[in-house]
Amino acid sequence: MNLWTAFKKEIMEQSRTRRLLIAIILLTSFGMLSPLLAKLMPDIFAAIPGGEQFAGLIPPPTISDAVAQYVKNITQFGVLLSLLFCMGAVSVEKDKGTAAMILSKPMPRGSFILAKFLAISLTLFVALTAAALAGYYYTTFLFAALPLTPYLAMNGLILLYMLTYAAVTLFFSTLTRTQFVAIGGSAGVLILSSILGSLPTLGKFTPEALVTNATQLILDKPVTNWWGMWVSLILIFISLMASWIAFRRQEL
Amino acid sequence: MNAIQIDDLHKHYGQVQALDGLNLQVQKGSVYGFLGPNGAGKTTTLRILAGLAKPDGGTVVIDGEREQSPEKPSLHIGYLPEEPAFYPWMTPLEFLNYVGEIFHLDGHTRKIRISELIAQSGLQDAQKRRIGGFSHGMRQRLGFAQAMINQPDVLLLDEPVSALDPAGRKEILELILSLRGQCTILMSTHILADVERVCDTIGIINSGKMVIQSERSELLNRYAVSALDVELANGSSTRLEEISRLFSQVDGVNAVTSEQNVLHIQTADVQGVSQRLMQSIVASGIQINKLEVVRPSLEDIFIRLTGEGRVQA
Repeated sequence: MNLWTAFKKEIMEQSRTRRLLIAIILLTSFGMLSPLLAKLMPDIFAAIPGGEQFAGLIPPPTISDAVAQYVKNITQFGVLLSLLFCMGAVSVEKDKGTAAMILSKPMPRGSFILAKFLAISLTLFVALTAAALAGYYYTTFLFAALPLTPYLAMNGLILLYMLTYAAVTLFFSTLTRTQFVAIGGSAGVLILSSILGSLPTLGKFTPEALVTNATQLILDKPVTNWWGMWVSLILIFISLMASWIAFRRQEL
Repeated sequence: MNAIQIDDLHKHYGQVQALDGLNLQVQKGSVYGFLGPNGAGKTTTLRILAGLAKPDGGTVVIDGEREQSPEKPSLHIGYLPEEPAFYPWMTPLEFLNYVGEIFHLDGHTRKIRISELIAQSGLQDAQKRRIGGFSHGMRQRLGFAQAMINQPDVLLLDEPVSALDPAGRKEILELILSLRGQCTILMSTHILADVERVCDTIGIINSGKMVIQSERSELLNRYAVSALDVELANGSSTRLEEISRLFSQVDGVNAVTSEQNVLHIQTADVQGVSQRLMQSIVASGIQINKLEVVRPSLEDIFIRLTGEGRVQA
């Protein structure tokens, strides 16, 4: 299969090209800053000249504000990282000729694609874990202790949300030799999903529902449907299968 | 026995017919020189053999295995593309280790093989440097090393020495020569002197078809074109065009070409033409360094068979 060999190379690439470090720094910063910003928001407004009048309008920050801030920031920047890390994963290798160099050897194309997805998933997982630890510590310190199991489940859903767009971007990257076409295609899916996500009837069937579910979980509100999770899992599976099918038909 | 057997291979890209019924046979253990002008179909053929492109028709058999598949490239093939590409953040040691793992070489074998190849390719001083900073020649040598890591039965080389300096070229050609009999080599190149030097068999392809395929000596004999070379002395070299015109009017001369101060004269009657040329030289007061009968070169044959005015890749 050579999946392990390809995976080790991809992990080395994540480390050498500083992607892992960038992801950890970026997400951890937002994990840390989100509860801090929620806590300090009234004080920030009060400190701005002329903002004192608004400070009085802002209700005292709660743990819900900290969590909402965390979910919003981590999902936004997590998806951005997914798109940036995956857009050139295959397209650049095809364009530069490294894919031809490696795939003329006994490296199955399925392993080549899957190793990339797994390595990027691991990078996002490590970065999100660091962000979650930072977010947990600061939220507990500034507000109150978060329930651990729902907090883990919430981060699990955020990770799934990021991986969905990673898989979709990887698919577009497989189709083209230009990474900007890949990110364009994936951004199109993201915009479409966001529009559909805001519709009351269709919203629950999009990956955007994961973000709502994540917030509901931590705030101990009942999650009425898990369609977002199933759709995301199916989308990841379809994207990877489609990548593999398209890639094995391509000439390098 | 043939290590590579290609029959009636077809491949087109849109309106362009890259291969048009190509037939090619490479004997086991031989070094096969694959020649042709630009766009003749050499690289397409090698890419099909390496499993990177799919033919539209025809059959390819390598070492008894029918056709390479993108999902199952052979463990017994080494491939060096025309422009080998690497991960710029890797070192040669890491890249060769990665390729060795792909070929399922165990740790001990990999270590020995990598150190042999690093030494062979003259990259000892750069083995721990990032490939991103390598020159074209260094990349080419590393490309050759990675193609050899699995000690392949069949080695496919697309312009293996085109980016090398004379010393590097000599080393790689000697390496190719040393592999004769151990593995089968199919190399495309535009440097005809290299083909003459290392190849046992030569195939000339044009417009996707094999024009001729023969053993080197047989090819040179069959297409022998008698020729004379006249090297002009310094005093006469400024009159190159005038002398060239004069020689072309000599009875029995088929064609005159020039390179620097040497005139290359093709003829079917070497004896008669050399006498008449000498008379003409004396009568016109032309100063020469030498007049000699030369054997036909592969370049002459190549130009004649492909109709190319000059030799290209």
